[in-house]
Order: sequence, then C-alpha cells, then structure tokens
Amino acid sequence: MSTSTDTLRTSRRTQLSSGDRTVTITAHAVLVVWAILVIFPLLWTLMTSFKTNSEIFSSPFSLPSTPALENYVYAWNEAGIGMFFFNTVIVVGFALFFVMLLGAMCAYVLARFDMPDSRVGHAVMRGIYYLMLGGLMIPVFLAIVPLFKQLQIMGILNTLFGLTITYIGFALPFTVFFLYAFFRALPDEIGEAAQIDGANAWVTFFRIYLPMAKPGLATVAIMNFLGLWNQFLLPVALNTNRDNYVLSQGLAAFTVSAGYDVNFGAQFAAFVITVFPVLIVYVIFQRQLQGSVSAGTLK
Amino acid sequence: MTAPAMAPPRLEVSRRKSARMPGFDVVTLFLVFLVLPLALYVTIVVWPMIQAVWYSFTDWGGFSPTSNVVGLRNYVQILTDPLFMQAMRNNIWLAIWLPITIIVLALALATLVTVGGSSHGQTKGLKGAGFYRVISFFPYTIPAVAAGLMFTLAMDPNSGILNGVLTKLGFSSFKAFPWLGNATTAMPTMMFVVVWSLVGFYMVLFIAAIKGIPSEIFEAARIDGAGRLRTAVSITLPLVRENVQTAYIYLGIMAIDMYVYAQMLFPFGGPENTTLVMSQQLLATAFTKGQFGMACAMGVIMGLLTAAFAAVVFLVN
Repeated sequence: MSTSTDTLRTSRRTQLSSGDRTVTITAHAVLVVWAILVIFPLLWTLMTSFKTNSEIFSSPFSLPSTPALENYVYAWNEAGIGMFFFNTVIVVGFALFFVMLLGAMCAYVLARFDMPDSRVGHAVMRGIYYLMLGGLMIPVFLAIVPLFKQLQIMGILNTLFGLTITYIGFALPFTVFFLYAFFRALPDEIGEAAQIDGANAWVTFFRIYLPMAKPGLATVAIMNFLGLWNQFLLPVALNTNRDNYVLSQGLAAFTVSAGYDVNFGAQFAAFVITVFPVLIVYVIFQRQLQGSVSAGTLK
Repeated sequence: MTAPAMAPPRLEVSRRKSARMPGFDVVTLFLVFLVLPLALYVTIVVWPMIQAVWYSFTDWGGFSPTSNVVGLRNYVQILTDPLFMQAMRNNIWLAIWLPITIIVLALALATLVTVGGSSHGQTKGLKGAGFYRVISFFPYTIPAVAAGLMFTLAMDPNSGILNGVLTKLGFSSFKAFPWLGNATTAMPTMMFVVVWSLVGFYMVLFIAAIKGIPSEIFEAARIDGAGRLRTAVSITLPLVRENVQTAYIYLGIMAIDMYVYAQMLFPFGGPENTTLVMSQQLLATAFTKGQFGMACAMGVIMGLLTAAFAAVVFLVN
C-alpha cells in the first residue's frame, strides 16, 4: 500500500484548491479501501496455506511458525491437484489453439467475403453471423443435457478430447464475434496487392491478414484463456471421471469431499496452486489485457 | 461463455468491389474456413439447444432409448414445484440486485479513477490510477470456484479471518457467527462474493469507456460551471450508456445462471434454500434423478427468463 500513500503525498501540490484536495483525498481513501478488500483476503489465504491445521484453528492472525510445505505436497499429490493441473493445461491449451484458429478462419471469411453482389450469398453470410451471435446470448444450460447425450453418442463423453471439443464450440461465438470486427477493419488494398503478386487466397490469409490481426488475436486469446481456465459447468456435467478432472472441478470436489476429515491447510494450498499461475500471467500481460478491454469500447 | 461485457469495434469498411469469378483457391478456402468451424459449432452448440426444446415436451429419462411426448406436463410440474419456484424467485432477486450493484459500484470507482484529479486545466485522473486498475482486475482472474473456496474459508465461523477481524474491532457478537449458515446473511454473502469477483472487470471496462470520451466535452461542461457530481451524472453516464447496457445484459445472464457461486458456497441450497438457484435444480434433476426431459424444460425456462431480462433492458434503455 506504500505506493498509494506516496502518490497521495506528491499529488498535494499548491495549485490544488481545497475542494480539489478534499475530493482527491476522498477518492484515494475509497480506492485504498477497495484495494485492501481485494488484496487482504488473497494475502491471508497465501499466508494460511503455510500453516498447519492446528495453527489454523488456534488463530486466524498468527503467522506460520515454520513455513510448512506439507499442505502443498498433500494438495498436489493426495488431493490430485497436480493431475488436475496437467489436465487443465492440456485441455485449455488445445482448445485455445483450435478455437483461435477456427475462429479466425470463420471470422475472416464472414468479414471479408460477405458477397455483397449476391443477395442469396449475402443473406447466407449474415445468417451465419447471427447464428454465431445467438450463441453468445443463450445460456449454456439450455444445451447441457442434450449435449451430454450427443457426446455419449459420439463416444467422447468423459474424455479430455470431448471436453476440448466442447470448449472450442462454446468459445467460438465470442471469438468469431470479436475477430470479425478486426478483420473487417483491415484494408483491402494489401490483400489485393498480394494477389497481384501471385499469392493465392490461402497464402493471403496465413501470411498477410492473420499476422495483421495479431493485436486482436492476442486480446481474444487472453479473454478465452481466462474463460476456459475458469470453466466449471461444462466439466462438471460432461467430464465426471475423476482422473480427467480439470482444476476448477477438482478444487470443488476436494473441498466438498473433505467433509469430516478436513484438511484445511491443503484447501488453502490448493487455492494458491489454482490461482497464482493465472495471477502471475495476468500481471505479466496486464498491459495487453487492459488494452483488450479498451478495444471493446471503441464505438 | 467467456461472457466479457464488450461490444466489438464496429468499423465500417468499404465493400469489396471486384466481382471476378472466384478461383479454385478461394473456393477451397471458403469451404474449409466456413464449413469446419460451423460444423463443430452446430454439432456442439446449436443442435443440442434445438434438441433441448424438443425434449422439454417429452418424458425422456436419458438412459432409455424411447421417450413419449407429454405436452406441457413437464412445465406444469416445474411451475407448481415449490422448490423450483423458490429457486426461480432467488434468481429473479439476483437478476434485479446484482447487475445494479455491480454497475453502480464499477461506475463510481471508474469515475474516481478517471476524473478524481485536479479540476484545473485538463481533466486528470488520480495519481496511481494504474495501480488501482491492476489491483481491481485481480479478482476477475480468479476462478469463481476458487473465489468461493477462499470466502468459505475466510468466513469460517471459528477459524475465518472475517470473524477474527470483527471480534478484534470489538464486535464480540460475531465471535462464531455463521455467515454462510444463517438464512438472513446467506444470500447477501453470496452476492458479496459475486460483486467482489466481478466489479473490477466492469470497472476497467468503464474506465476505458470514460477515457474514450473526448476531453473537450468535460472541459466545456466545466466552463459552463458543472460540478463533479453534475458532470458524472449528466455527461459521463449518458456517454457510456451503451457499455452500461452491454454490462447489464451480461450480468443478467450471469445472475440467471449463478451455478458456480451457488454450488461452491452452498452445494445444498443454503439455509432454508435461501440461495438455491435454478441451475442447481436443473443439474440435480438431470444427473441425479435422471429426468432429462424435465431438466430440458428447466433449461428452456431459464432461456426464456434470460430473453425476458434482455428485452426489459432494451426497452428501459
């Protein structure tokens, strides 16, 4: 919190009227309270994850006597968080790659080949676009039960492959919707120049337009990563084999199953294992991410 | 499913003029680029949704190959089931209060960060605005499951930090207060967790929107003698209206879903079912009781409620 108190001090310059000063100080006070509300529970959880169970029960304030790593060992091995972690990396990794590829392909065609000269063709393209848009608005719950059966028929229920396919399907509308705008904004002339130089449509896409859409791709990828990493409903319904659990699912199961044989410390550790990789990724890419949210507000 | 509340940039671009016959490469590209994603999307998302509507009129049990059309029987049964109606009331309550709470808080924080600075010269944000923005976004990167777990632990009656702090501050009546086990506090507690998780995201979204407003407008308002509050209400709010609407719709969809938070904090519906939500009933009906047709009808009801919510938002705006 030292950063904010520092800025508080430096911002009090002579040109500020007293009214301004009151407003600024109030604003800082409110924001500092909010920042504490965000950070304090996280820090407390991090600290507690190093405490033994008896230390946890004796006082919520006490510091761990020796930073105990056994909570982490228990959570990682016994509770299976390590296995769930790898499952999640695999599923989210593949789903992310393919949803970006398929989404970019679909958005590119919809945005740049919308056939303005053919009424039927144009109507079909718009229809596909709105079909995609519809997927953004309709709750996943409507699809979940028949989807269960669909995957069963396809023989991929309760498999990581099936879960990956499902993730791709449900992340596709957002990806297409967002990238559509990016591809539409790119100039025609570059593609035309490439074609005159002899590049065919495939080369034009992979060598010209896809690299040009990089900023858009990066931001959508980050949003998709967060969405898929945190996904809970789809795996709970469609991926019920414990060996295939993803992190969010495993965390929930671990918490519930702990029941009477409570290993509180390991729950804290499981939380840290789940949260901190993403938090670190966020801190590294936060500039990019802030940019992506702003990109969404362009009018 | 990622449900970020943002509209994509709507940028008009001149249409392609040429109407040459498409070559072989264009045709193959067209087929592959359109057919592959679309096939997957229709199989995984669209077709199950259509099926759900059909199954909602049947007594399909999920595991038997046959099912009979039973008309509206599922719907009648659901809408006369006191437990489901309780869940629906809880969802509607959430859909009314959650979006407004989150949006008002997010807008207030965003306004503080963007225009909390000096009122002389250019409109300035606060010093350290970047710091607040980065911190505020933290909770959004935390999986809802994890946030639920963290607060379950932090609000533990005996070993949780919340009661610890309250007792230290002299509120000894909270010494072992069961925040999650009390019918009066259960719902507000759940709402707090959701607000904690999502406010930051919408705050960052609104900050971006407010920064997109040309600073001349703020300056003109200031020269005309508008104070800070007046500027916020009469200038900022109308100009970020579209973002507020998008946020409202996404939050509404979330409030009618709520599965993660409810299941994580209250797997059994909470004290006296005060936090039970429709999605929990749906999953239990489908995968515990095996009544797939009935569960599909619940899904349709949730879909209709979502549509109704969106319609109300559009009408009011």
